[in-house]
Amino acid sequence: MIRIEHINKKFKRLVALNDISAELRKGQVISLIGPNGSGKTTLIKSILGMVKPDKGKIYFNEELINGDPSYRSLIGYMPQIGRYPDNMRVGQLFSMLKNIRNVPAAKLDEELIEKFRLEEIFNKPMRTLSGGTRQKVSAALAFLFDPDVLILDEPTAGLDPLSSELLKEKILKEKSKNKLILITSHILSDLDELTTHIMYLQEGKLEFFKEIEQLREETGELKLGKAIARIMKGEKFNNEWIDKMFVPKDSFGEIKGENKVY
Amino acid sequence: MLKLSKYVLYDIVRSKVILAYTAFLFIVSFSLFNMEDHSSKAILSLLNIILIVVPLISMIFTTIHYYNSYEFIELMLSQPMSRRKILLSEYGGIALSLVSSFIIGVGIPVLLFSPDSVGFSLLFTGISLTLVFTSLAFLTSVKSRDKARGIGFALLLWFYFALIYDGLILMVLFTFSEYPLEKATLVLSALNPIDLGRISIMLKMDVSALMGYTGALYKDFFGSASGMLFTMGIMFFWIVAPLWWALRVFKQKDL
Repeated sequence: MIRIEHINKKFKRLVALNDISAELRKGQVISLIGPNGSGKTTLIKSILGMVKPDKGKIYFNEELINGDPSYRSLIGYMPQIGRYPDNMRVGQLFSMLKNIRNVPAAKLDEELIEKFRLEEIFNKPMRTLSGGTRQKVSAALAFLFDPDVLILDEPTAGLDPLSSELLKEKILKEKSKNKLILITSHILSDLDELTTHIMYLQEGKLEFFKEIEQLREETGELKLGKAIARIMKGEKFNNEWIDKMFVPKDSFGEIKGENKVY
Repeated sequence: MLKLSKYVLYDIVRSKVILAYTAFLFIVSFSLFNMEDHSSKAILSLLNIILIVVPLISMIFTTIHYYNSYEFIELMLSQPMSRRKILLSEYGGIALSLVSSFIIGVGIPVLLFSPDSVGFSLLFTGISLTLVFTSLAFLTSVKSRDKARGIGFALLLWFYFALIYDGLILMVLFTFSEYPLEKATLVLSALNPIDLGRISIMLKMDVSALMGYTGALYKDFFGSASGMLFTMGIMFFWIVAPLWWALRVFKQKDL
Protein backbone atom coordinates (compact mmCIF):
# COMPACT_ATOMS: atom_id res chain seq x y z
CA MET A 1 0.00 0.00 0.00
CA ILE A 2 2.74 2.42 0.93
CA ARG A 3 6.25 1.84 -0.32
CA ILE A 4 9.10 3.92 0.99
CA GLU A 5 12.33 3.83 -0.99
CA HIS A 6 15.58 5.17 0.42
CA ILE A 7 14.32 8.43 1.78
CA ASN A 8 16.68 10.90 3.36
CA LYS A 9 15.88 14.14 5.09
CA LYS A 10 18.10 16.70 6.73
CA PHE A 11 17.02 19.74 8.71
CA LYS A 12 20.06 21.93 8.40
CA ARG A 13 22.69 19.74 10.06
CA LEU A 14 20.34 17.40 11.85
CA VAL A 15 19.75 14.15 10.02
CA ALA A 16 16.08 13.40 10.56
CA LEU A 17 15.73 10.43 8.24
CA ASN A 18 18.62 8.34 7.08
CA ASP A 19 18.03 6.05 4.11
CA ILE A 20 14.73 4.54 5.16
CA SER A 21 13.06 1.88 3.05
CA ALA A 22 9.99 -0.13 3.95
CA GLU A 23 6.88 -1.62 2.49
CA LEU A 24 3.65 -1.18 4.44
CA ARG A 25 0.76 -3.43 3.49
CA LYS A 26 -2.95 -3.66 4.11
CA GLY A 27 -4.00 -5.34 7.33
CA GLN A 28 -0.86 -4.35 9.15
CA VAL A 29 -0.90 -2.36 12.35
CA ILE A 30 2.53 -0.88 12.55
CA SER A 31 3.93 0.62 15.70
CA LEU A 32 6.50 3.22 14.97
CA ILE A 33 8.65 3.56 18.03
CA GLY A 34 11.88 5.20 19.01
CA PRO A 35 13.28 7.86 21.31
CA ASN A 36 12.21 11.50 21.04
CA GLY A 37 13.68 13.11 17.98
CA SER A 38 14.32 9.83 16.21
CA GLY A 39 12.38 10.91 13.14
CA LYS A 40 8.99 9.27 13.72
CA THR A 41 6.94 12.37 13.07
CA THR A 42 9.14 13.36 10.14
CA LEU A 43 8.54 9.96 8.55
CA ILE A 44 4.79 10.33 9.02
CA LYS A 45 4.86 13.83 7.62
CA SER A 46 6.82 12.64 4.61
CA ILE A 47 4.12 10.10 3.88
CA LEU A 48 1.53 12.84 4.18
CA GLY A 49 3.53 15.12 1.90
CA MET A 50 4.02 17.79 4.54
CA VAL A 51 7.76 17.26 4.59
CA LYS A 52 9.55 16.86 1.30
CA PRO A 53 12.38 14.32 1.50
CA ASP A 54 15.76 15.38 0.10
CA LYS A 55 16.23 12.03 -1.59
CA GLY A 56 14.15 8.93 -2.17
CA LYS A 57 10.61 8.18 -3.19
CA ILE A 58 7.37 7.27 -1.51
CA TYR A 59 4.67 5.40 -3.39
CA PHE A 60 1.06 5.24 -2.35
CA ASN A 61 -0.85 2.46 -4.08
CA GLU A 62 1.98 2.29 -6.62
CA GLU A 63 1.69 5.99 -7.36
CA LEU A 64 4.56 8.31 -6.61
CA ILE A 65 3.77 11.03 -4.09
CA ASN A 66 4.75 14.32 -5.64
CA GLY A 67 2.43 17.23 -5.15
CA ASP A 68 -0.90 15.74 -6.24
CA PRO A 69 -2.96 15.78 -3.04
CA SER A 70 -5.74 13.40 -4.11
CA TYR A 71 -4.18 10.31 -2.51
CA ARG A 72 -4.74 11.91 0.89
CA SER A 73 -8.46 11.27 0.60
CA LEU A 74 -7.59 7.69 1.55
CA ILE A 75 -5.73 8.71 4.69
CA GLY A 76 -7.01 9.66 8.11
CA TYR A 77 -4.43 11.55 10.13
CA MET A 78 -4.47 12.34 13.80
CA PRO A 79 -1.75 14.86 14.67
CA GLN A 80 0.29 14.94 17.83
CA ILE A 81 -0.99 18.38 18.78
CA GLY A 82 -4.37 19.37 17.45
CA ARG A 83 -4.88 23.11 17.32
CA TYR A 84 -7.83 24.57 15.50
CA PRO A 85 -9.04 28.09 14.75
CA ASP A 86 -9.93 29.69 18.08
CA ASN A 87 -13.38 30.89 17.23
CA MET A 88 -14.50 27.94 15.19
CA ARG A 89 -17.10 25.78 16.86
CA VAL A 90 -16.55 22.05 17.14
CA GLY A 91 -19.55 21.29 14.95
CA GLN A 92 -18.31 23.69 12.29
CA LEU A 93 -14.95 21.98 12.16
CA PHE A 94 -16.69 18.71 11.37
CA SER A 95 -18.98 20.23 8.78
CA MET A 96 -16.03 22.03 7.17
CA LEU A 97 -14.08 18.81 6.74
CA LYS A 98 -17.14 17.00 5.44
CA ASN A 99 -17.50 19.85 3.01
CA ILE A 100 -13.90 19.57 1.84
CA ARG A 101 -13.84 15.81 1.49
CA ASN A 102 -17.27 15.62 -0.05
CA VAL A 103 -18.03 12.11 1.14
CA PRO A 104 -21.68 10.95 1.09
CA ALA A 105 -23.22 10.88 4.55
CA ALA A 106 -23.84 7.13 4.40
CA LYS A 107 -20.11 6.48 4.19
CA LEU A 108 -19.20 8.53 7.23
CA ASP A 109 -18.03 6.77 10.34
CA GLU A 110 -19.38 8.76 13.26
CA GLU A 111 -18.84 6.11 15.89
CA LEU A 112 -16.17 8.04 17.77
CA ILE A 113 -18.24 11.23 17.78
CA GLU A 114 -20.95 9.27 19.54
CA LYS A 115 -18.67 7.40 21.89
CA PHE A 116 -16.76 10.49 22.96
CA ARG A 117 -20.08 12.36 23.20
CA LEU A 118 -18.73 15.15 21.06
CA GLU A 119 -22.18 16.21 19.92
CA GLU A 120 -22.75 17.70 23.35
CA ILE A 121 -19.95 20.18 22.76
CA PHE A 122 -20.69 20.94 19.10
CA ASN A 123 -21.57 24.51 20.03
CA LYS A 124 -18.42 25.27 21.97
CA PRO A 125 -15.66 27.30 20.35
CA MET A 126 -12.41 25.38 19.89
CA ARG A 127 -10.42 27.68 22.15
CA THR A 128 -12.43 26.65 25.22
CA LEU A 129 -11.60 22.96 24.88
CA SER A 130 -9.06 21.21 27.05
CA GLY A 131 -6.09 19.38 25.56
CA GLY A 132 -7.71 15.99 26.04
CA THR A 133 -10.97 17.04 24.45
CA ARG A 134 -9.10 18.42 21.46
CA GLN A 135 -7.36 15.09 21.20
CA LYS A 136 -10.77 13.42 21.07
CA VAL A 137 -11.84 15.78 18.31
CA SER A 138 -8.67 14.96 16.35
CA ALA A 139 -9.31 11.25 16.77
CA ALA A 140 -12.92 11.52 15.65
CA LEU A 141 -11.78 13.49 12.60
CA ALA A 142 -9.19 10.90 11.64
CA PHE A 143 -11.75 8.10 11.65
CA LEU A 144 -14.62 10.12 10.22
CA PHE A 145 -14.13 9.33 6.55
CA ASP A 146 -13.55 5.61 6.98
CA PRO A 147 -10.13 5.83 5.27
CA ASP A 148 -8.03 2.86 4.10
CA VAL A 149 -4.99 4.15 5.91
CA LEU A 150 -4.92 5.55 9.42
CA ILE A 151 -1.95 7.48 10.69
CA LEU A 152 -2.09 8.18 14.40
CA ASP A 153 0.63 10.27 16.00
CA GLU A 154 0.60 9.56 19.74
CA PRO A 155 -3.15 8.93 19.83
CA THR A 156 -3.51 8.09 23.50
CA ALA A 157 -1.31 10.82 24.96
CA GLY A 158 -3.48 13.12 27.01
CA LEU A 159 -6.60 10.98 26.91
CA ASP A 160 -8.24 9.75 30.09
CA PRO A 161 -8.21 5.96 30.67
CA LEU A 162 -11.80 5.49 29.55
CA SER A 163 -11.39 7.43 26.30
CA SER A 164 -8.09 5.80 25.60
CA GLU A 165 -9.80 2.39 25.96
CA LEU A 166 -12.57 3.50 23.60
CA LEU A 167 -10.00 4.63 21.07
CA LYS A 168 -8.13 1.35 21.31
CA GLU A 169 -11.33 -0.59 20.77
CA LYS A 170 -11.98 1.50 17.72
CA ILE A 171 -8.49 0.86 16.36
CA LEU A 172 -8.99 -2.89 16.87
CA LYS A 173 -12.25 -2.69 15.01
CA GLU A 174 -10.61 -0.94 12.07
CA LYS A 175 -7.79 -3.46 12.17
CA SER A 176 -10.30 -6.24 11.55
CA LYS A 177 -11.43 -4.38 8.41
CA ASN A 178 -8.05 -5.04 6.84
CA LYS A 179 -6.80 -1.47 6.96
CA LEU A 180 -3.28 -0.19 7.23
CA ILE A 181 -2.75 1.53 10.57
CA LEU A 182 0.40 3.36 11.55
CA ILE A 183 0.75 4.35 15.20
CA THR A 184 3.49 6.13 17.07
CA SER A 185 3.43 5.99 20.80
CA HIS A 186 5.66 5.92 23.82
CA ILE A 187 3.15 3.96 25.83
CA LEU A 188 4.15 0.48 24.73
CA SER A 189 1.55 -1.26 26.86
CA ASP A 190 -1.10 0.46 24.75
CA LEU A 191 0.40 -0.96 21.59
CA ASP A 192 0.68 -4.49 22.90
CA GLU A 193 -2.80 -5.64 21.97
CA LEU A 194 -3.06 -3.67 18.74
CA THR A 195 0.08 -4.05 16.81
CA THR A 196 1.21 -6.63 14.26
CA HIS A 197 4.52 -5.07 13.26
CA ILE A 198 7.17 -3.05 15.00
CA MET A 199 9.23 -0.42 13.29
CA TYR A 200 12.04 0.91 15.39
CA LEU A 201 13.71 4.18 14.50
CA GLN A 202 16.78 5.62 16.09
CA GLU A 203 18.54 8.80 15.09
CA GLY A 204 16.76 8.70 11.77
CA LYS A 205 17.73 5.14 10.96
CA LEU A 206 15.38 2.23 10.66
CA GLU A 207 16.90 -0.23 13.11
CA PHE A 208 14.40 -2.99 12.45
CA PHE A 209 10.97 -3.67 11.01
CA LYS A 210 9.64 -6.97 12.30
CA GLU A 211 6.49 -8.89 12.93
CA ILE A 212 5.57 -8.93 16.57
CA GLU A 213 5.41 -12.75 16.68
CA GLN A 214 8.91 -12.97 15.37
CA LEU A 215 10.03 -10.45 17.91
CA ARG A 216 8.41 -12.45 20.70
CA GLU A 217 10.04 -15.66 19.54
CA GLU A 218 13.45 -14.10 19.22
CA THR A 219 13.33 -12.56 22.64
CA GLY A 220 11.18 -15.08 24.47
CA GLU A 221 9.17 -12.24 25.97
CA LEU A 222 5.42 -11.85 25.69
CA LYS A 223 5.24 -8.20 26.56
CA LEU A 224 6.18 -5.78 23.85
CA GLY A 225 8.05 -3.48 26.19
CA LYS A 226 10.21 -6.25 27.53
CA ALA A 227 10.80 -7.73 24.13
CA ILE A 228 12.03 -4.45 22.84
CA ALA A 229 14.17 -3.89 25.88
CA ARG A 230 15.76 -7.29 25.17
CA ILE A 231 16.44 -6.50 21.56
CA MET A 232 17.94 -3.21 22.49
CA LYS A 233 20.31 -4.87 24.90
CA GLY A 234 21.22 -7.74 22.66
CA GLU A 235 22.15 -5.42 19.87
CA LYS A 236 23.68 -2.88 22.17
CA PHE A 237 21.68 0.11 21.09
CA ASN A 238 21.56 3.21 23.15
CA ASN A 239 18.81 1.88 25.35
CA GLU A 240 18.42 4.47 28.05
CA TRP A 241 15.00 5.38 26.81
CA ILE A 242 13.60 1.90 27.03
CA ASP A 243 15.21 1.06 30.35
CA LYS A 244 13.61 3.87 32.22
CA MET A 245 10.18 2.58 31.37
CA PHE A 246 10.71 -1.13 31.52
CA VAL A 247 13.23 -2.14 34.08
CA PRO A 248 13.58 -5.92 33.73
CA LYS A 249 13.14 -7.82 36.96
CA ASP A 250 14.83 -11.08 37.79
CA SER A 251 12.91 -14.10 39.10
CA PHE A 252 12.84 -12.74 42.66
CA GLY A 253 11.21 -9.55 41.54
CA GLU A 254 14.24 -7.45 42.32
CA ILE A 255 15.44 -4.81 40.01
CA LYS A 256 18.68 -5.68 38.33
CA GLY A 257 21.37 -3.26 39.26
CA GLU A 258 23.23 -2.83 36.01
CA ASN A 259 20.51 -0.81 34.32
CA LYS A 260 19.74 1.50 37.14
CA VAL A 261 23.17 2.69 38.19
CA TYR A 262 23.86 6.19 37.08
CA MET B 1 -11.29 26.89 -2.34
CA LEU B 2 -14.12 29.18 -1.36
CA LYS B 3 -15.29 26.56 1.10
CA LEU B 4 -12.18 26.94 3.20
CA SER B 5 -12.09 30.75 2.84
CA LYS B 6 -15.60 30.88 4.19
CA TYR B 7 -14.57 29.15 7.40
CA VAL B 8 -11.39 31.20 7.76
CA LEU B 9 -13.47 34.34 7.33
CA TYR B 10 -16.01 33.10 9.80
CA ASP B 11 -13.29 32.49 12.36
CA ILE B 12 -11.74 35.93 11.88
CA VAL B 13 -14.98 37.89 11.91
CA ARG B 14 -15.63 36.63 15.40
CA SER B 15 -12.26 37.70 16.72
CA LYS B 16 -12.23 40.85 18.82
CA VAL B 17 -9.24 42.35 17.07
CA ILE B 18 -11.00 42.75 13.77
CA LEU B 19 -14.07 44.23 15.48
CA ALA B 20 -11.86 46.71 17.34
CA TYR B 21 -10.14 47.64 14.07
CA THR B 22 -13.46 48.29 12.37
CA ALA B 23 -14.69 50.35 15.30
CA PHE B 24 -11.46 52.36 15.41
CA LEU B 25 -11.63 53.22 11.72
CA PHE B 26 -15.29 54.10 11.98
CA ILE B 27 -14.88 56.37 15.00
CA VAL B 28 -11.84 58.15 13.55
CA SER B 29 -13.42 58.82 10.17
CA PHE B 30 -16.76 59.79 11.62
CA SER B 31 -15.28 62.24 14.09
CA LEU B 32 -12.90 63.75 11.52
CA PHE B 33 -15.78 64.44 9.16
CA ASN B 34 -17.74 65.99 12.01
CA MET B 35 -14.89 68.13 13.32
CA GLU B 36 -13.79 69.68 10.04
CA ASP B 37 -16.33 71.86 8.33
CA HIS B 38 -14.72 71.25 4.96
CA SER B 39 -14.86 67.62 3.89
CA SER B 40 -11.62 67.76 1.87
CA LYS B 41 -9.73 68.81 4.99
CA ALA B 42 -11.17 65.82 6.79
CA ILE B 43 -10.17 63.56 3.91
CA LEU B 44 -6.62 64.87 4.09
CA SER B 45 -6.36 64.08 7.81
CA LEU B 46 -8.02 60.74 7.24
CA LEU B 47 -5.56 59.99 4.46
CA ASN B 48 -2.60 60.48 6.76
CA ILE B 49 -4.09 58.14 9.34
CA ILE B 50 -5.01 55.51 6.77
CA LEU B 51 -1.59 55.50 5.18
CA ILE B 52 -0.01 54.64 8.53
CA VAL B 53 -2.64 52.48 10.22
CA VAL B 54 -3.97 50.32 7.40
CA PRO B 55 -0.61 48.83 6.32
CA LEU B 56 0.45 48.33 9.94
CA ILE B 57 -2.70 46.53 11.04
CA SER B 58 -2.89 44.47 7.86
CA MET B 59 0.65 43.23 8.31
CA ILE B 60 0.55 42.51 12.01
CA PHE B 61 -2.87 40.91 11.96
CA THR B 62 -2.03 38.69 9.01
CA THR B 63 1.28 37.58 10.46
CA ILE B 64 -0.19 36.72 13.84
CA HIS B 65 -3.13 34.97 12.25
CA TYR B 66 -0.85 32.91 10.05
CA TYR B 67 1.27 31.71 12.94
CA ASN B 68 -1.79 30.96 15.06
CA SER B 69 -3.29 28.83 12.33
CA TYR B 70 -0.08 26.94 11.66
CA GLU B 71 -1.37 23.67 13.10
CA PHE B 72 -4.64 24.20 11.31
CA ILE B 73 -2.78 24.58 8.02
CA GLU B 74 -1.05 21.32 8.87
CA LEU B 75 -4.38 19.64 9.37
CA MET B 76 -5.59 20.97 6.02
CA LEU B 77 -2.44 19.61 4.43
CA SER B 78 -3.35 16.13 5.63
CA GLN B 79 -6.59 16.48 3.67
CA PRO B 80 -6.81 16.04 -0.09
CA MET B 81 -6.13 19.71 -0.74
CA SER B 82 -3.26 21.24 -2.65
CA ARG B 83 -0.92 23.67 -0.95
CA ARG B 84 -1.79 26.36 -3.43
CA LYS B 85 -5.45 26.08 -2.56
CA ILE B 86 -4.78 26.18 1.16
CA LEU B 87 -2.62 29.28 1.04
CA LEU B 88 -4.91 31.12 -1.34
CA SER B 89 -7.96 30.32 0.79
CA GLU B 90 -6.17 31.62 3.85
CA TYR B 91 -5.27 34.75 1.92
CA GLY B 92 -8.81 35.10 0.67
CA GLY B 93 -10.28 34.79 4.14
CA ILE B 94 -7.92 37.28 5.78
CA ALA B 95 -7.98 39.79 2.91
CA LEU B 96 -11.74 39.70 2.69
CA SER B 97 -12.19 40.31 6.41
CA LEU B 98 -9.68 43.21 6.47
CA VAL B 99 -11.21 44.78 3.38
CA SER B 100 -14.70 44.54 4.78
CA SER B 101 -13.54 46.16 8.03
CA PHE B 102 -12.13 48.99 5.97
CA ILE B 103 -15.25 49.35 3.88
CA ILE B 104 -17.44 49.47 6.97
CA GLY B 105 -15.08 51.64 9.02
CA VAL B 106 -14.07 54.18 6.37
CA GLY B 107 -16.32 53.48 3.41
CA ILE B 108 -19.61 54.30 5.11
CA PRO B 109 -18.50 57.68 6.54
CA VAL B 110 -16.87 58.65 3.23
CA LEU B 111 -19.99 57.77 1.28
CA LEU B 112 -22.07 59.79 3.74
CA PHE B 113 -19.92 62.92 3.87
CA SER B 114 -17.83 63.04 0.72
CA PRO B 115 -19.12 60.81 -2.08
CA ASP B 116 -16.94 62.37 -4.80
CA SER B 117 -13.91 61.30 -6.81
CA VAL B 118 -11.52 62.13 -3.95
CA GLY B 119 -13.53 59.98 -1.58
CA PHE B 120 -13.58 57.07 -3.99
CA SER B 121 -9.88 57.22 -4.66
CA LEU B 122 -9.34 57.23 -0.89
CA LEU B 123 -11.33 54.03 -0.67
CA PHE B 124 -9.45 52.56 -3.61
CA THR B 125 -6.12 53.38 -1.96
CA GLY B 126 -7.19 51.93 1.36
CA ILE B 127 -8.42 48.68 -0.15
CA SER B 128 -5.33 48.28 -2.33
CA LEU B 129 -3.01 48.95 0.59
CA THR B 130 -4.85 46.35 2.67
CA LEU B 131 -4.38 43.75 -0.06
CA VAL B 132 -0.76 44.73 -0.72
CA PHE B 133 0.30 44.49 2.89
CA THR B 134 -1.64 41.30 3.53
CA SER B 135 0.27 39.85 0.62
CA LEU B 136 3.61 41.09 1.94
CA ALA B 137 2.77 39.71 5.38
CA PHE B 138 2.10 36.29 3.87
CA LEU B 139 5.50 36.39 2.27
CA THR B 140 7.29 37.21 5.53
CA SER B 141 5.36 34.62 7.53
CA VAL B 142 5.86 31.86 5.01
CA LYS B 143 9.55 32.65 4.85
CA SER B 144 10.34 32.39 8.52
CA ARG B 145 9.26 29.57 10.75
CA ASP B 146 9.80 31.49 13.95
CA LYS B 147 6.90 33.69 15.03
CA ALA B 148 8.97 36.43 16.64
CA ARG B 149 11.18 36.73 13.59
CA GLY B 150 8.20 36.76 11.28
CA ILE B 151 6.48 39.58 13.16
CA GLY B 152 9.75 41.47 13.52
CA PHE B 153 10.40 41.28 9.83
CA ALA B 154 6.85 42.36 9.02
CA LEU B 155 7.28 45.41 11.26
CA LEU B 156 10.58 46.22 9.61
CA LEU B 157 8.99 46.05 6.19
CA TRP B 158 6.20 48.34 7.30
CA PHE B 159 8.74 50.74 8.76
CA TYR B 160 10.61 50.71 5.49
CA PHE B 161 7.58 51.47 3.33
CA ALA B 162 5.99 53.99 5.70
CA LEU B 163 9.06 55.97 6.79
CA ILE B 164 12.48 54.90 5.60
CA TYR B 165 11.66 54.90 1.91
CA ASP B 166 10.53 58.54 2.00
CA GLY B 167 13.70 59.46 3.83
CA LEU B 168 15.78 57.78 1.15
CA ILE B 169 13.95 59.64 -1.60
CA LEU B 170 14.47 62.94 0.18
CA MET B 171 18.15 62.16 0.48
CA VAL B 172 18.37 61.47 -3.23
CA LEU B 173 16.56 64.73 -3.93
CA PHE B 174 18.92 66.76 -1.78
CA THR B 175 22.03 65.14 -3.15
CA PHE B 176 21.06 65.69 -6.75
CA SER B 177 19.16 68.94 -6.29
CA GLU B 178 21.17 70.53 -9.09
CA TYR B 179 19.61 68.21 -11.65
CA PRO B 180 16.09 68.03 -13.05
CA LEU B 181 14.66 65.12 -11.09
CA GLU B 182 10.92 65.39 -11.67
CA LYS B 183 10.64 62.23 -13.71
CA ALA B 184 13.01 60.28 -11.49
CA THR B 185 11.08 61.14 -8.35
CA LEU B 186 7.87 60.24 -10.09
CA VAL B 187 9.20 56.78 -10.84
CA LEU B 188 10.80 56.36 -7.42
CA SER B 189 7.69 57.22 -5.47
CA ALA B 190 5.59 54.98 -7.67
CA LEU B 191 7.71 52.07 -6.47
CA ASN B 192 6.29 52.40 -2.99
CA PRO B 193 2.58 51.55 -2.71
CA ILE B 194 2.06 53.93 0.24
CA ASP B 195 3.58 56.88 -1.65
CA LEU B 196 1.67 55.98 -4.74
CA GLY B 197 -1.58 56.02 -2.80
CA ARG B 198 -0.74 59.36 -1.22
CA ILE B 199 0.15 61.00 -4.54
CA SER B 200 -2.88 59.72 -6.39
CA ILE B 201 -5.19 61.21 -3.77
CA MET B 202 -3.34 64.47 -3.18
CA LEU B 203 -3.45 65.26 -6.87
CA LYS B 204 -7.22 65.02 -6.82
CA MET B 205 -7.32 67.78 -4.22
CA ASP B 206 -6.77 71.49 -4.38
CA VAL B 207 -3.54 71.25 -2.41
CA SER B 208 -1.74 69.99 -5.48
CA ALA B 209 -1.68 73.56 -6.70
CA LEU B 210 0.82 74.34 -3.95
CA MET B 211 3.34 71.78 -5.11
CA GLY B 212 4.95 73.81 -7.86
CA TYR B 213 6.43 72.43 -11.05
CA THR B 214 6.74 68.84 -9.80
CA GLY B 215 3.13 68.95 -8.69
CA ALA B 216 2.09 70.14 -12.12
CA LEU B 217 4.01 67.35 -13.77
CA TYR B 218 2.48 64.81 -11.40
CA LYS B 219 -0.97 66.15 -12.00
CA ASP B 220 -0.41 65.96 -15.70
CA PHE B 221 0.62 62.32 -15.44
CA PHE B 222 -1.59 60.89 -12.70
CA GLY B 223 -4.60 62.91 -13.74
CA SER B 224 -4.66 61.30 -17.17
CA ALA B 225 -6.32 57.99 -17.95
CA SER B 226 -2.99 56.28 -18.57
CA GLY B 227 -1.81 57.57 -15.18
CA MET B 228 -4.83 55.97 -13.52
CA LEU B 229 -4.11 52.71 -15.27
CA PHE B 230 -0.49 53.01 -14.21
CA THR B 231 -1.50 53.44 -10.56
CA MET B 232 -3.80 50.45 -10.71
CA GLY B 233 -1.18 48.38 -12.50
CA ILE B 234 1.49 49.09 -9.91
CA MET B 235 -0.91 48.35 -7.06
CA PHE B 236 -1.89 45.11 -8.74
CA PHE B 237 1.75 44.20 -9.13
CA TRP B 238 2.32 44.82 -5.43
CA ILE B 239 -0.59 42.56 -4.55
CA VAL B 240 0.27 39.70 -6.88
CA ALA B 241 4.06 39.58 -6.78
CA PRO B 242 4.57 38.95 -3.03
CA LEU B 243 1.68 36.49 -2.99
CA TRP B 244 3.10 34.59 -5.94
CA TRP B 245 6.47 34.47 -4.25
CA ALA B 246 4.90 33.33 -0.98
CA LEU B 247 3.13 30.56 -2.88
CA ARG B 248 6.35 29.39 -4.42
CA VAL B 249 8.05 29.25 -1.04
CA PHE B 250 5.05 27.56 0.57
CA LYS B 251 4.96 24.83 -2.04
CA GLN B 252 8.52 23.78 -1.24
CA LYS B 253 8.26 24.23 2.49
CA ASP B 254 8.47 21.54 5.16
CA LEU B 255 5.70 21.91 7.67
